[in-house]
Formats: sequence, C-alpha cells, structure tokens
Amino acid sequence: MKILTTVQNGILHILLDGEIDEYSAATARHQTDRKIDECPPCDKAYIDLANVTFMDSTGIGFLIGRYKKLQRLGIKLYVVNPNPAADKILSLAGIYTLIPKA
Amino acid sequence: MKNYMKLEIAAISENESFARSAVAAFALNLNPSLSELSDIKTAVSEAVTNCIVHAYKGKRSPENKIFIDCRAEAEQGEGVLHIDVTDFGCGIENLDEAMQPFFTTLSPNERAGMGFTIMQAFTNSFSARSVKGEGTTISMIKKIGAGGKEELNA
Ligand SMILES: Nc1ncnc2c1ncn2[C@@H]1O[C@H](COP(=O)(O)OP(=O)(O)OP(=O)(O)O)[C@@H](O)[C@H]1O
Ligand SMILES: [Mg+2]
Repeated sequence: MKILTTVQNGILHILLDGEIDEYSAATARHQTDRKIDECPPCDKAYIDLANVTFMDSTGIGFLIGRYKKLQRLGIKLYVVNPNPAADKILSLAGIYTLIPKA
Repeated sequence: MKNYMKLEIAAISENESFARSAVAAFALNLNPSLSELSDIKTAVSEAVTNCIVHAYKGKRSPENKIFIDCRAEAEQGEGVLHIDVTDFGCGIENLDEAMQPFFTTLSPNERAGMGFTIMQAFTNSFSARSVKGEGTTISMIKKIGAGGKEELNA
C-alpha cells in the first residue's frame, strides 16, 4: 500500500495505491493520519481509490475511521474513482450516505 | 468435472492476499467472469480476516491455523464453487447477533461490522457453524453462471 497526498485549492487529495485488507490497513491508517495531521488548513478531503485493486470490509472500516478523524477537524470527506468491486461493497455498506462520491 | 483443493495456512494477515488469490486461481477452471472472481476474493478475504482478528484474536502462534476447503463442480458450462473456511479459535456465542449488519465486537471506530453481510451478499449460499471455545466453519457456495462464458468467448 502506497499513499500519495497533495493539497490544491483547500482540498486534500489522498491517493491510495494497492490492496486494502487487514494486512495493509495498519500502515494505511498510520500514514494517512500523519498526512492529515501535517496538512495545511483544508475544507475538503478526497480519498482517491483509482489505484486500489482490492478492498474488503477492512477498507470500509478504514474509510469510517478517516471520516471520523476529519470530521473532528471540520473537513468534509469524499470518495473518488472506486472501481466496480469497491463500488459494490461501498454501496452495500451504505457508505455513500456518510462519505459521498465526488 | 469435479475438482477439489485444500489449503492449511498460518492465521497471520500476511496470508490474506495469498488465500483469496489461491481460491480465485482454483476457481478459474469454472470460467468465472471478472465480477464473479472479485466476489469470490472478497468473500474469502472476509472469512479469513475474521479467523485472524476474532477467532485467534490476532495472536501469531504457530498453533493458530486456518483451513480452506474448496470443491468445484462444472456441468454444461455451469459451475458451482463450494468454499469452507474453518478455524479452531474462540467460536461465536451468538451467531444471530454476529450476523447483524454493523455488529462488531472490536472497535466500531475502525471496523464496519460488515464482514458477514458482505459474505452473504457476494455468494449464492452462506451458512455458519460455531461452537464457543472450539471454533467456526463458514460455508459458502458461489454459482458461476453464463456471464463467465460470454466474457471468455468475447
Ligand atoms: N471466525 C470467528 N471467530 C470468532 N468470532 C467471529 C468470527 N467471525 C466473526 N466473529 C464475530 O462476529 C462479529 C461480526 O463479524 P463481521 O465480519 O460481520 O464484522 P467485523 O469483523 O467485526 O467487522 P468487519 O468485518 O466489517 O471488519 C465479529 O465482530 C466477531 O465478534
Ligand atoms: Mg469481519
């Protein structure tokens, strides 16, 4: 799991690359949270799943965890570019009501 | 065609990717579509993750093992894949409660409680047997339909 972040016009872009499962989740959580802590003031954050090749319920937990952290900081979270498989489990879990697709 | 595969793995998260890929590779003989393959991987990943984090509580002991039994049957292009995932961990006291969407016994801050819901939604048949203190077996059946054949012939 690789994580790349950029900040543009008050938006924090978090690009995830790889598979999100129990094995990779600890690193993904740790690295993403560090990037969130280090980032300049933002109103929005996008988690880009374009390069996420696999994701199970651990990935849903990961998104919920980041949503809660960002909410405390007053930053609204969106999901972008889920592949059809990620889209299927995110829809099933009703995640888009909490974290909309942008 | 009747085929089978048995896998015994250490209950450590390094093996998750291997386990779901191995089952998916075994299923290839049934000519699954990409979405059927992805359903199989996700369902296996859920079952295996539960063994690691719940049944054995994340303890990395050599005695903590996961057994994956697969059977494949194909008749006139229609395939059926049976997947059993067994652990000898702590077991589940109340299965009905565990199956509820969003139910989790770990921190709800980092866990969705959606594993069982996903396994049920991504397979054609799902059942669980569990004895507290002895272990759990999850049995799933995935039908491989005409979708796979179309994709292959395209
Ligand atoms: N193999 C198992 N052994 C013991 N307990 C289990 C096992 N599988 C599931 N459970 C129990 O059932 C509950 C629900 O499991 P489920 O997979 O639906 O959610 P979760 O694992 O808690 O969260 P998520 O799968 O979304 O990360 C778990 O919290 C756990 O208490
Ligand atoms: Mg689970």
